[in-house]
Amino acid sequence: MTNPTPILEVKDLQTQFHTQDGTVHAINGVSFVLNKGEFLGVVGESGSGKSVTMMSLLRLIPIPPGEIVSGQAMFEGRDLITMELDDLRSVRGGRIGFIFQDPLTSLNPVLTIGYQIMESLRIHTDLQEKAREERAVELLKLVGIPGATKRLDSYPHELSGGMRQRVMIAMSLACRPRVLIADEPTTALDVTIQAQIIELIRDLREKTNTAVIWITHDLGVIAGLADRVLVMYGGLIVEEAPVAELYAHPQHPYTEGLLGSIPRLDQKGSKLVNIKGQPPNLYEKPTSCPFAPRCPYVFDRCRVENPPLISISESHSTACWWDMDNKRPRNGS
Amino acid sequence: MVPEVAGNGGAPVDAAREVLVSVKDLKKHFPIMQGVFRRQVGSVKAVDGVTFDIYRGETLGLVGESGSGKSTTGRVILQLDKATSGTVSFEGQDLSTLSSGEMRRLRPQMQMVFQDPHASLNPRMTVSSIISEPLREHDEAGGDDRDEKVDELLGLVGLAPRHANRYPHEFSGGQRQRIGIARAIALNPDFIVCDEPIAALDVSIQAQVVNLLENLQDLLRLTYLFISHDLSMIRHIADRVAVMYLGRIMELAECNRLYTHPQHPYTRALLSAVPVPDPTIEAVRRRVILEGDIPSPANPPPGCPFNTRCPMAQERCVEEVPEWRQIESGHWVACHFAEETPDTPVITASSGPILTESE
Repeated sequence: MTNPTPILEVKDLQTQFHTQDGTVHAINGVSFVLNKGEFLGVVGESGSGKSVTMMSLLRLIPIPPGEIVSGQAMFEGRDLITMELDDLRSVRGGRIGFIFQDPLTSLNPVLTIGYQIMESLRIHTDLQEKAREERAVELLKLVGIPGATKRLDSYPHELSGGMRQRVMIAMSLACRPRVLIADEPTTALDVTIQAQIIELIRDLREKTNTAVIWITHDLGVIAGLADRVLVMYGGLIVEEAPVAELYAHPQHPYTEGLLGSIPRLDQKGSKLVNIKGQPPNLYEKPTSCPFAPRCPYVFDRCRVENPPLISISESHSTACWWDMDNKRPRNGS
Repeated sequence: MVPEVAGNGGAPVDAAREVLVSVKDLKKHFPIMQGVFRRQVGSVKAVDGVTFDIYRGETLGLVGESGSGKSTTGRVILQLDKATSGTVSFEGQDLSTLSSGEMRRLRPQMQMVFQDPHASLNPRMTVSSIISEPLREHDEAGGDDRDEKVDELLGLVGLAPRHANRYPHEFSGGQRQRIGIARAIALNPDFIVCDEPIAALDVSIQAQVVNLLENLQDLLRLTYLFISHDLSMIRHIADRVAVMYLGRIMELAECNRLYTHPQHPYTRALLSAVPVPDPTIEAVRRRVILEGDIPSPANPPPGCPFNTRCPMAQERCVEEVPEWRQIESGHWVACHFAEETPDTPVITASSGPILTESE
């Protein structure tokens, strides 16, 4: 991409949940930039903070128990975190679309899909009823639902999982968003249906040039989709790189371990490399590297100081004190 | 027990393999009841005639999408559900002819590891009582011996003896799955059905559990039926692979052969749909995008179950159910046109078509 223009800039976002068992430090200072028309993949395991980050941006987390402790999210010159709720409502579903993981629980079972698609048009646009209906049919056609006009009167339970996810995508695109956030949109789907949805998203990006943030735990899914990838662990971004660079040349031990622990469809490997131990519990704010207890390269500094994201080239950063290329602690550490 | 001579279909196996489990034309139909009098108005054909053998010491991978009948097949093999028709033989014995007492005596030899480690462990029992329950039930060891055995089992699955008195909620998903595995191996079984044992786990934990299952297989000479929807993991763990679709097996072959020379159009489409974690391959790969969804097993299409989505389907596929036939030694396919599917690689970059379109 030549001369990228940022559309969304997140700085030092921190979110906590105050529960009966104590405070969960779900995200601990996340900063990233999404450029215009870019496809950004966000990878991490459950509890890594990938969904909470995106939900926090739009203040979709329940408050309380959740609390956005600090941070800034600049979108079109305004900060989403401090914006009036009424203004934020016009952004949600309008300028920023959201696709959730499970289309069955995120569609209202007692309303037709036509009503649900037109709802956001009613709120966010001045279109008249006739025009709204036309737009809804157009959207259903866009996402490849056969017999679109008739489908407006269908209820969610009359559609298969793949079709429901297409409806969700149609809804999120209704107001021509500048940014589309997709939270594990294919995880609940079978692989042949997943392939349909991926093809659809690829196609839509060519047509609409929407910037996409795609959250997933599956390194396979985003390999062919993303321009750039963020890897999250323990509520932090631990590595950030262009997609080809990240897979060929991972610079964080967690990324390396993750790539080694997944079996490959295209080759029969010997043993899977496993990352020993368990993901961190987040009841305490990290003061050391959250991956240190599981890391094969751990040394003294990792246990006392949490590494910030360190730039190792123009587009590649890693939060690690160990220099994987030269097999020694990083300069100055 | 019929020893079968393995052909040279690429399978690096001993000359004679002993059949441990033999499944013949197995069907499981669940009735659909309706109305005040609960009349049967139809049936869900969850498993609709599958035939295969499982050899001693191997891992047979059973893959399919949701609703393909793979879990039901596993349950019927273990007689947890009664078959509608067809037979399951274990070491040459037809299980459906056994009395419940005889079946109970055979149970220790065949066990199951379940998908959801949260639902399959009793939250009110300690780990020790969960693992020793099969020992108590089958009078294997008493008192002190039992505690010793529990410690030994915990050690085998990578947990510590101090874990014995804790409750399942104190453990993470991966550790719970280890407890489920310890319970499954407690009675020294020959055969274990692993029903999606890693589907509920995080990626980095999946590798731990799979490595454990592989180590235990070597150590205890176990035979696995490994049920999964994850084609990459199946390639890693299985010796042979069966692909199910809508209650039937579409293709069965030695693992490497199935992934490098799939002959059934469904297998080819399925493999082409799985993403590979490598941007350079993904950038040039070809895909077959199947249209529509898997049909309902309550109302499967006539003829070949795949004919509604198959790009190669012809009239014959609607009229006639394809025969389950061996196209090469050890390579079974249920497709009229298996010989006519292209032989281009489906996973790595390819210049040729993955499937040809029928006119």
